[in-house]
Amino acid sequence: MLDFPRWKQLWLWFLTIAACFAAVPSLFSLAGAPWPAALPNPQINLGLDLAGGSHILLEANPDQVRRQRLEGMEEEVRGALRRAEPRIRIGEVSSRDGTISFMLEDPGQVDAAREQLLPLLSSSAAGARDWDFQVVDGNRIVLTPTKAGIDQAVTQAMDSATEVVRKRIDALGTREPTIIRQGATRIVVQVPGLKDPAALKSLLGQTAKLEFKLVDTLASPTDIQQGIAQAGSQIVPYADPQLGALAVKRLGGIKGDQLTNAQQGFNQQTNEPVVNITFDSQGGARFAKLTTDNVGKPFAIILDGKVLSAPNINEPILGGSAQISGSFTVDTANQLAIALRSGALPVDLQVVEERSVGPDLGADSIRKGMIAFGVGSLALMLFMVVTYGRFGFYTNAALILNTLMILGIMAAMNTTLTLPGIAGFVLTIGAAVDANVLINERIREERARGRRVVQAIEMGYKEASSAIFDGNITNLIAAILMFMFGSGPIRGFAVVLMIGIVTSVFTAVTLNRMWVAGWLRRTRPTDLVL
Amino acid sequence: MKLLKLVPDNTNIKFLRWRIPFYVVSVLLIIASWGLVLTKGLNLGVDFVGGQMIRVTFERTAEAPVAELRERVGALGYGEPIIQQFGKPNEVSIRMKLPEGSDANTGLADQMARKITAQIKSDHADARIDGVDSVSGKVSGELFRTGMQALIAAMIAISIYIWVRFEWQFGVGALFALVHDVSLTLGLFALTQMEFDLNIVAAILTLIGYSLNDTIVIYDRIRENLRKYRRMPMPELLDLSVNETLSRTVVTSGSVLITLVALLLLGPNVIFGFTAAITMGIFVGTYSSIYMSAPILIWLKVNPGSFVPVESDIERQERLAREGA
Repeated sequence: MLDFPRWKQLWLWFLTIAACFAAVPSLFSLAGAPWPAALPNPQINLGLDLAGGSHILLEANPDQVRRQRLEGMEEEVRGALRRAEPRIRIGEVSSRDGTISFMLEDPGQVDAAREQLLPLLSSSAAGARDWDFQVVDGNRIVLTPTKAGIDQAVTQAMDSATEVVRKRIDALGTREPTIIRQGATRIVVQVPGLKDPAALKSLLGQTAKLEFKLVDTLASPTDIQQGIAQAGSQIVPYADPQLGALAVKRLGGIKGDQLTNAQQGFNQQTNEPVVNITFDSQGGARFAKLTTDNVGKPFAIILDGKVLSAPNINEPILGGSAQISGSFTVDTANQLAIALRSGALPVDLQVVEERSVGPDLGADSIRKGMIAFGVGSLALMLFMVVTYGRFGFYTNAALILNTLMILGIMAAMNTTLTLPGIAGFVLTIGAAVDANVLINERIREERARGRRVVQAIEMGYKEASSAIFDGNITNLIAAILMFMFGSGPIRGFAVVLMIGIVTSVFTAVTLNRMWVAGWLRRTRPTDLVL
Repeated sequence: MKLLKLVPDNTNIKFLRWRIPFYVVSVLLIIASWGLVLTKGLNLGVDFVGGQMIRVTFERTAEAPVAELRERVGALGYGEPIIQQFGKPNEVSIRMKLPEGSDANTGLADQMARKITAQIKSDHADARIDGVDSVSGKVSGELFRTGMQALIAAMIAISIYIWVRFEWQFGVGALFALVHDVSLTLGLFALTQMEFDLNIVAAILTLIGYSLNDTIVIYDRIRENLRKYRRMPMPELLDLSVNETLSRTVVTSGSVLITLVALLLLGPNVIFGFTAAITMGIFVGTYSSIYMSAPILIWLKVNPGSFVPVESDIERQERLAREGA
């Protein structure tokens, strides 16, 4: 037990010093001092609760993806059957209950329809089927989306939504954002050191689907008020609820997704904030055609299903650029410009969880945490020395090294220190002290039974080891389960605990024993003050 | 040099003499705790029921206008807010739970947080928003489920480990002590209506670890003594084991309490509830390892026959030396 050959001593010291060295850059930055950039720089990340920042969990509704996919399919089916030679005539297409079904006017065309629709049924090259094709009663065709097809559509939508979110956050110019897909329908966004999380949230929550549609000038105001739309038009509410709603034509509009640029600007006459958009060549051509064909008529600018404004087309707009007005402030206009530049989100995203901590509160937490840790450690060390004398000093040296090693390993593994993590730190210190207390108490007992110094110390380490081992293993089990099942703060706590259990056994048992063994060899004491 | 000894040598306190009354009281306390949890309920934080909590500092006033805030935020129509001061008098937290039956509206918690923040900012130019937590009903349900899973999985896995390392009776004893600790902590939270959130689940997991460590130290000594004194009656042997480890129990609890008190008095306000729960757990856990996990071994009929005696190298050398002499 007390036998430490030279190679073993060197190896233990090497491990200790290496782990402690990794902690040095983090200590510099916690103390607010610069660390030379030329040197390796493993750092502990401070969690958002300490450093300040926002953690935002966004969730998409997969039903919306399903619905959009159904609408898209409906159009494609119509188009494909219309293009068929000879043309395949069908009745009303219904897309209720998540399936598409329609009647063939001529039941004899079932095979032709199948032939025509086949390319639409599987999009992926692997040949996995996205839609099931069924014929009911001889002349009704039912298309049912397969689970694989839906899942793939949701995955695609989330992939591109993540990309859009990334572009928008980059446009805000924040430092080091973290954007991760989580599960099937969620995106985690973490942005450190943010002054105004509300602006970020409204930017991410904006789908930014821009449409230009012609106003249905024939609709009567009472119909609009009651929400009754004539065939071929639809009722869309204004963004400003005081303005009520507007009837617009379903077809013949264009989408605002073909943009090359969007910038916040000011209207030259009224000086109110606007968003200037520039179409790409295809979008510009469509926009030119729409405005040329409809001079003198009003058209509605619709954002995310709400009418922003409905100006008159005074003259054809051929330059491929346009101005969107709609009672913006400079901030909201700027936000819309960013959202349009980054593209529309393929699905609506909702903030289902937010944890934001202002930079001042975070700094306060770090300061108070450090003070409490410092005072607590000093009081504890004093207690150890008063209780165990020389052995208390060994305990304290082990505690200091333990702290440095935890910091060092966390830095090397690039883990994040959170507020519950600091509590985990405290618990680890408690466990490390307990190991030494068990050993020291056992040595006292063995001395009281009349054993000689060396035997008593050897027995102390030996007999205490099974309790120390079991105690730490059970804590490790708890920490692993916390990490597996827990979320957020529980995980931050578990990480520190797992690292701390390993380092505390190393410092409080192994290193400590090496020091005591060295002291015994050097001085060969005949009596113990313990 | 004279060293501090908090516990004198060779104590012989008859801990187990009062085991039956203590057990009755403990079991009654467990039942009372669950009664409280079931009738009064836990004051679940926004982590578990959904809703929002914001922390605001009023930078230019000495004291936060609590009454006015209550009225203005209440007028937004989401219900009555819970407003608490923390730290300095000009720092408050404003909590608002999701209204009943609004789980389907996933955006509601976020919407509440935005509206309340905007209201306070427009009423008070000096209001600084220090933190926003908003959790939707769906996410809070998941957090509650994962939190409970972690708790139950940890308790079961630990008991199985003890069963494997000792004997099945010890596993049962440890599990019983854990149930005792967790129940009493939950009871305290139901009684005081302190907010019960994710951090508190982490605190309970911590105290499970700590209490168990205590139990293991005593069990380890019981096992050792069972091998050593093969004719000693169980109650006496348990008393001996508790007394032999008493000094360690006191010193370790004292050390942990020193760091916890520092954290309670000087640490960040944000983890006050967390630290308070662990501090209470230290007392409950120490008590339970003496009065819950040890006596149960008598009733489960643990006896020296449960373990084979083993002799350490040093003990063997010493015995041989004695016999030789």
